Amino acid sequence: MKAPLSWLKDYVDIDVSAETLQEKLFSCGFEVEELIELGKDISGVVVGEVVECESVEGTHLSKCKVDCGDKGVFRICCGADNVKKGIKAPCALVGATVYATAKDHVTIEGVMTIKKGKLRGIESEGMLCSGAELGLNDDLYSGAGYCGLLLLPAEYKNGADVKPYLGLDDYIFDISITANRPDCQSIVGIAREVAAVLNKKMREPDCSYNPVKGKYAQIKITDDAPDICPRYIGHYVKDVKCGTSPEWLRKRLALCGLRSISNVVDITNFVMLEYGQPMHAFDLRTLEGREVVVRRAAMGEKIVTLDENEFELTPENLVICDGKKPVALAGVMGGLNSEIKDDTQEVLFEAAKFARDSVRKTARALGQHTDSSALFEKGVNEYSAERAMARALHLIEKLGCGVVTDMHIDVTTAYSRTNEKKMTVSVDKINALLGIEVPAKRMAEILGNLNFGTALKGDNLTLTVPRYREDVDGYPDIAEEIIRFYGYDNIEGTFLPSASITNGGFTDEQKAELKLKDTLVSKGLYEISTYSFYSAKDLDMLHFADDATERRAIRILNPISEDLSIMRTTLAPSMVNVIVRNLRRGNASGKLFEISKIFLAKTLPINDFPEEKMRIALGIWGKYDFFDLKGIVECVGSAFNLKFEYEPCEKPFLHPGITAKVLCDGVEVGYLGMLSPSVAEELALERFAYVAELDYEAIASLAKPFRYSPLPKFAEVQRDLALTCNADTTCAQIEKEIYAACKYVSDVKLFDVYLGAQIGKNKKSMAFKITFTPKDEPIENKIDGFVKKILSNLKFKLDIELR
Amino acid sequence: MQDKIKEIEKSIDDAIKDVQSSKSLQEIKMRFLGKTGEISSLMKNMRDVPPEQRPSMGKILNALREWTEEKFSALEKRLKSFELEKKYRDEKIDVTLPGRIAEDGALHPNTLVRNELISIFSGMGFEVFEGPEIENDYYNFTALNTPADHPARDMQDTFYLSNDLLLRTQTSAGQIRVMENKKPPIKILSPGKVYRSDDDATHSPMFSQMEGLVVDRGITLCDLKGMLDEFARKIFGAGVKTRLRPSYFPFTEPSVEVDVSCFECGGKGCRLCKGTGWIEVLGAGMVNRHVLEGCDIDPDEYTGFAFGMGIERIAMLKYGINNMKLLFEGDTRFSKQFKGEK
Repeated sequence: MKAPLSWLKDYVDIDVSAETLQEKLFSCGFEVEELIELGKDISGVVVGEVVECESVEGTHLSKCKVDCGDKGVFRICCGADNVKKGIKAPCALVGATVYATAKDHVTIEGVMTIKKGKLRGIESEGMLCSGAELGLNDDLYSGAGYCGLLLLPAEYKNGADVKPYLGLDDYIFDISITANRPDCQSIVGIAREVAAVLNKKMREPDCSYNPVKGKYAQIKITDDAPDICPRYIGHYVKDVKCGTSPEWLRKRLALCGLRSISNVVDITNFVMLEYGQPMHAFDLRTLEGREVVVRRAAMGEKIVTLDENEFELTPENLVICDGKKPVALAGVMGGLNSEIKDDTQEVLFEAAKFARDSVRKTARALGQHTDSSALFEKGVNEYSAERAMARALHLIEKLGCGVVTDMHIDVTTAYSRTNEKKMTVSVDKINALLGIEVPAKRMAEILGNLNFGTALKGDNLTLTVPRYREDVDGYPDIAEEIIRFYGYDNIEGTFLPSASITNGGFTDEQKAELKLKDTLVSKGLYEISTYSFYSAKDLDMLHFADDATERRAIRILNPISEDLSIMRTTLAPSMVNVIVRNLRRGNASGKLFEISKIFLAKTLPINDFPEEKMRIALGIWGKYDFFDLKGIVECVGSAFNLKFEYEPCEKPFLHPGITAKVLCDGVEVGYLGMLSPSVAEELALERFAYVAELDYEAIASLAKPFRYSPLPKFAEVQRDLALTCNADTTCAQIEKEIYAACKYVSDVKLFDVYLGAQIGKNKKSMAFKITFTPKDEPIENKIDGFVKKILSNLKFKLDIELR
Repeated sequence: MQDKIKEIEKSIDDAIKDVQSSKSLQEIKMRFLGKTGEISSLMKNMRDVPPEQRPSMGKILNALREWTEEKFSALEKRLKSFELEKKYRDEKIDVTLPGRIAEDGALHPNTLVRNELISIFSGMGFEVFEGPEIENDYYNFTALNTPADHPARDMQDTFYLSNDLLLRTQTSAGQIRVMENKKPPIKILSPGKVYRSDDDATHSPMFSQMEGLVVDRGITLCDLKGMLDEFARKIFGAGVKTRLRPSYFPFTEPSVEVDVSCFECGGKGCRLCKGTGWIEVLGAGMVNRHVLEGCDIDPDEYTGFAFGMGIERIAMLKYGINNMKLLFEGDTRFSKQFKGEK
């Protein structure tokens, strides 16, 4: 919201600097995002009178003497075509800063400092300036658009700084307005806050007018959609004389970034800025049947808007129609057919309240965002609609651009709010919420400054809420109004003196997750975090089949881009992408993990909460191999006091010979493996990469609570066995049979694998360390028997020999 | 016999004269003292000695053996210590070479900050609650007093999955789930990922928030301030102060924006705080009455406050991370730097 200081000064006697006002506004909840000083780049420019002027032959230049009052008289060489003796113009003295303009004399190319110099050998001690060189145009200062010197009135004092004369000493406050205060999307709204924070009275804009009575052909207004158009006010103005607006009006619009169009349109724009109420003016000639109907558009109905775009509408769109056709998109843009033209003579002014989401939906659906739609989306109030209409009529009268009739058509509906709201709040309750003691009188004073009607009786403060404050609802809103003016500095920190004691901390599940993370970190892994969404291309990258369950991903209806358009069903693509990124950046080796959710739809498209499953992704590459990864997976198991089993398996993106599924108590809880050479080649990976993905919740649910087991009374015994087996016999098979053969076996650890000449073809040797744990009696003398039993079981089941 | 002994003594002296290692000494020792060694053979020959001579003979032989053993043992000791010195010399290493460590990895900065926040607040009696990341319109908006026509609900901010389901835009959604199931006193922290349709230098479409909620009898704005003062001191340093200023959130009233005094310059103004001396860290406020009512908590009996902060923002401020994107790239050169942070 842009508010020029000069405009605010019309309504409030502001006697503090712009910077102080910025701080004051900040303290009461209005952050000034930018304080724009209009003439900040202009300095050292004074009023100069050309007292001598002599054209230099053969050039377009003139040699002048310029009287700059107490600054002196300077010799200045000037190339403008309107320089002549007796004129006054802005004169930039040596050392002054003004804008440098391009060849077109309009486009600003930067700031330049004036130096003493020579033009075609003629000395010049300064520069006479154009409007553009001071950052002005015709709207900001009449005549400033001329492509020559900016001529100043004779009464301006020679040598005086030009900035106050030209309005260049003004400031514009660019204020961020919170969503609860749409009433402050207006100069008047800001002025009210300024008055309150400076403890001043505000002067309301003049909204008076003298309607001319007469017998006019009736205009009929019907509101057929009161739920989204709670109020519609129309007023008939005749004998309209379209023309240009006066300088003060054009300047106000220009300061807020609006272009002047014609007096009637400018008045609607001016009032929109002033009251935050968009207005519209219809050329009555074009309203068939002298009638206005506010209704939802029919399906497929069409309108061509002012900017000559045609739109096909739906009943979602509110339209303003005449007796036959739509003539405006309510709150968004007028129709081309009813636009004000130079020869327009009769106008119907509109000031209405349209519902926020109706306007927003229309603006979004049609891609038409205007100043008007922005205001309606934030919310307008009926008080402002009434005032804005009166203000516009006042200006019509004041500018003499039409005859304001007495035909005022005010359509109120069941949804209208025309009365002031009354409420009673308790002073004690407000103080109880704030935690401090604000005196009741001070409360009443603050609220009074904000135009609330106040009546204090004991603890009760009865309030009349200004009609534009639709945000005020309960006593906490009043508490906020009070504290933002009483000052947040008065809030002293206390520490829940009245609250009950509660036990805080992590749940057991959260503790388990943290423990797992710590375990992984202690194994040298770095934790990463990647986006929860990716694209179908990421699944393609890992060769998932079209009918793979991973393809059943939830789509985002409005993704930022196709790259981030589906909710992930597996963490593997994210992990692989991170590995690829690391290798491309020259990080030759690494170990990473991520614990995040995947999202599994019950049905697609989804109509119910999907399952959110926590997964563990592991990724290692470079100097590490499969068994490094497997070691990490085993650590995950240990963190939950679990021992995993592994069986060969296949995954579309993993090496078919170097991939295992992970089992826990017979339940599949994940997989690990080497990224397949074909995927690696497609990704141009120059190092081997290994990926695992584990089902966190399945593992956590199987977790065995830790229990201490008593130490054996008798010593454990260990034996090493070197075995010769078929090359395709797996370690897991052997381990399983060793355990099966003897109940005293408490641990089996592989410590060597040998393949080679010393043993036969298609054979390998594996050496295990077996630990026997005694139960109730020593077992030293039984070990030989155990070993025999183990060996015969291995021979029988797996054709294994002792080496 | 005497001669024989003399001879043996001499041959022992000769044999050990040039001995260099304890290993060759051992061989020599065996030659004389071993089972079949020369001295042992003499001992065995005692059988052939006439019985009357045996005692004197025995004495002599024993003396010889003792003499020999002593000789060897003295020499052995010398050789051993010499050899040990050599071994020490040979095995000397460059102790200044770098140590070999089983290197730790590191937690993600978000986890570090999250854990720190939880430990600060759990000390004050907060429990942790984690809600779903996919929410419906009710929990994410309606129950949080965000009316249907509120601009925050528009498609440009929220990722929708269906008419009703969406990616939560705020961890505040968790507030409702807690208050529906638990009655005051309530003190919860709700950390988690949230999603907004924003992607530029300072915004990421996925980020993390930490929401705090207290509902009990007699909770005031001053209590909110007190708790946030404590938080700021623990996270950013002892001298750090907080400042409240008015703001707006649909689910709190009054609502405040909370700034902390700049911990980089102490409030004098620097690049970090853009010269203002203050840094915006979180939004907060007194829980809106409608929110309490919606959860069947009587707003005339109970009041409460809520606060919500961006975990990435805190992490970036705390560690001086200059680009939010780095947090989601998984570059090991980035991760490595957080080694040792706990």
